[in-house]
Amino acid sequence: MLALKRIRTKPFWREIALIGLAISSALIIGGVFVVISGHDPLRAYLALIRGAFWGWYNFGETLVYTTPLILTGLSIALAYRCGLFNIGAEGQLIVAMVTSAWIGTWSGIPAGLHALLTLLGGMVAGGLWGAIPGLLKAKTGAHEVINTIMLNYLALYLSHYLVTKPLIAPPGMAPVTRTIARGAMLPQFLPPSRANLGLLIALLACLGVYLLLWRTTWGYEIRAVGLNQEAARYGGIKVARIIVMTMAISGGLAGLAGAVVIQGVQHKFFDLFAFPGYGFDGIAVALLGRNHPFGVIFGALLFGALSNGALQMQSAAGVPKEIIGVVQGTIILFVATEEAFRWFLRSRRRKHSVLKEGEKVGVSV
Amino acid sequence: MPDGTQTVVEMRGIVKRFPGVVANAGVDFELRRGEVHALLGENGAGKTTLMKILYGLCLPDAGEIRVHGRPVRIDGPRRAIALGIGMVHQHFMLIPPFTVAENIVLGLEPRRGPAFDLSRARAEVAAISERYGLQVDPDARIETISLGMQQRVEILKALYRQADVLILDEPTAVLTPQEVGELVEIIRRLAASGKSIVFITHKLREVMSVADRVTVLRRGERIGTLRPAETTLEELARMMVGREVALELTKEPATPDGEVLRLRDVSALNDRHLPALRRVSLSVRAGEILGIAGVEGNGQAELVEVIAGLRPITTGEIFLGDRRIDGLGPRRIHELGVAYVPEDRQRRGLILDFSLAENLILVEHRRRPFARGPALDRVAIHRHAERLIAEYDIRAAGTGSKAGALSGGNQQKVVVARALASRPRLLLVSQPTRGLDVGATEFVHRRILTERDRGAAVLLVSLELDELLALSDRIAVIYEGEIVGLFARDEVSEDELGLLMAGGRAKARR
Repeated sequence: MLALKRIRTKPFWREIALIGLAISSALIIGGVFVVISGHDPLRAYLALIRGAFWGWYNFGETLVYTTPLILTGLSIALAYRCGLFNIGAEGQLIVAMVTSAWIGTWSGIPAGLHALLTLLGGMVAGGLWGAIPGLLKAKTGAHEVINTIMLNYLALYLSHYLVTKPLIAPPGMAPVTRTIARGAMLPQFLPPSRANLGLLIALLACLGVYLLLWRTTWGYEIRAVGLNQEAARYGGIKVARIIVMTMAISGGLAGLAGAVVIQGVQHKFFDLFAFPGYGFDGIAVALLGRNHPFGVIFGALLFGALSNGALQMQSAAGVPKEIIGVVQGTIILFVATEEAFRWFLRSRRRKHSVLKEGEKVGVSV
Repeated sequence: MPDGTQTVVEMRGIVKRFPGVVANAGVDFELRRGEVHALLGENGAGKTTLMKILYGLCLPDAGEIRVHGRPVRIDGPRRAIALGIGMVHQHFMLIPPFTVAENIVLGLEPRRGPAFDLSRARAEVAAISERYGLQVDPDARIETISLGMQQRVEILKALYRQADVLILDEPTAVLTPQEVGELVEIIRRLAASGKSIVFITHKLREVMSVADRVTVLRRGERIGTLRPAETTLEELARMMVGREVALELTKEPATPDGEVLRLRDVSALNDRHLPALRRVSLSVRAGEILGIAGVEGNGQAELVEVIAGLRPITTGEIFLGDRRIDGLGPRRIHELGVAYVPEDRQRRGLILDFSLAENLILVEHRRRPFARGPALDRVAIHRHAERLIAEYDIRAAGTGSKAGALSGGNQQKVVVARALASRPRLLLVSQPTRGLDVGATEFVHRRILTERDRGAAVLLVSLELDELLALSDRIAVIYEGEIVGLFARDEVSEDELGLLMAGGRAKARR
């Protein structure tokens, strides 16, 4: 029997083109909102691009936003490869921020070592926070989406408590921790921008996750579990163990993002009035990066540039930065509904030539 | 019986190309009123494509279709239905939470004003099932009825749309032997009432038992059309495969050696925590094949799983040689020399989105030479895949092709190749030829026999008695989780086995 089935062929350039299409459509829709708000869209976008890339300072600040987004995007992408949806990068990031802000204030540790220890501390805290929903999923089947969302709130309110009580900087007027030791800070390399060594750490993490996924037995098992849990179990893979391990690593990566924000940028933990958002934006970054460790770098750069450029756009062109929130939201919407685009491309082609139907149908003989 | 010569459908010179493949290379096909016309061919011969063209699911690149003598262009299923052509696909297209009646009338719902008229729908469904003698319960939900019943619903769906031509794509693939018998009855009745039926299959015996005429396709070409009564199984097989095929396996008598596997009083629960195995004791020796016969769902799946370490046992013990293996994990058991060909290659045997090379190391992926510590050795993995692709004649573009892009037969070769590559002491094989064509079946059977002759102990689970009788040296019958009979192959007939499988008792013999 000739089995006809649609095989999703995803050539690399098609993929890029589709994402490009989503981004440009989102910019056009954002432009409409700029017009509605009574501004010139061309000027607004020019200001956005200038603000994101023009000059070392602006570019450096874009990298400041990009760095944690690479790590949270990577965290979500890795979990996704194992079939897990880690909505909890936000919470994992928060516990790591607090932990790093605390370890960073320890005294009497040699400079470089202190930075490393602070980084590891954040990573471990995020990893443990991620391992909890992993464990719950593996042992009881409780869905990680629910549990990570709940743990986000736990992390947020726990951080409230810690920064207002035990970790508050003397004399205790404002809810903020003490500044971390100079030896625990990550060096900044494009002053006066706050771009810092965290970027290199994030890029190395991408390489690390790439090697983990495709060059090691652990990565093989992670992907096997993500693609077909049943076959993985039949293949002697301990599925529960892989789920816990992946969630721990995923949490650790989100934790690394939190540590980098503290050590490279803020140097102290300020009480949060709301979620910082890196973890949630990381979902979009992973989506844009097609859950590939190198793809997330570009997703993060785009979102970093939009976030930073929006600030500049507001001050330079007077366009409210919330417009960029609309653009970001629309990008996510379009990328998530890319099937709609595919369908659109297909139906257009079908109109041109009805007989070419077979092209989209893979044949397995 | 065909009631004469009235031609309903005529397809001439149908050509359909897909990238890299010619699915139909100028095929002629003619269907007469009231006949059952089998379309026979191996996987990939172009049977389904030809019928998809007739049903409007793809357009031919060249060729002509006539329905009742008039040339037609069938550009979609809607057009096909309007022409009185209906198709029952291999995978049913029903909505599980809906009732039988709701599914049948879907899209053509009788209405009272703007509202769906359920009682009329039920009445119409009852009338049509009465008329063709297809008993169904119109109020049962699809998700609660058997696959055989679902198939009836699909047939009724086509009849409700007033189909005169009914295309059935591999209709027996999902049915139990009893259900196959009922289906054959239904097909005969439909033909007698003037419907024309196209029966797509690769099973020779079915052609013999149900078809009035058979058209054989091979590699997209029509090899011939003939009457089953005027031909033989061997001739059909030759036409289909293109060479002589041994329908009867020739095998040497077994020379069994020491005991490799022993189960003593083993019980286990199924996924719903109900008893699936009840104090099963059996043993398999080196160099013999023990077949497990039984109707699906009587514990054979669980039996294989407990041996492979995938399911815990509640009583008893399992030995591999002198070593107790119950309680060990699947990877450990594999390392001790147990290989497993699971029954559902797509769900359990393969990771369809993994490459061929990646699939071929599953279970072994932590061992040398594929891994050194945690690092995978991509060169060794690639070489291993190349070797097995050549040895097992797996048809694939390369070691990097996704397993999901292979045909069913080639997928099964991957699973079998992986299991045998480790030269196991004990080979567990479950439904090894389900959905495979004659050529692939023959291949898999030969490999299993080769393993036996090499000295492996083989435990073979199959729902097909023909397969068990052809391969096994001893046959055990499992019924409701108990071994109800154990025979040497030569001491038992098909009828005896069938009786035991259905729950009749007999004395066990060795």
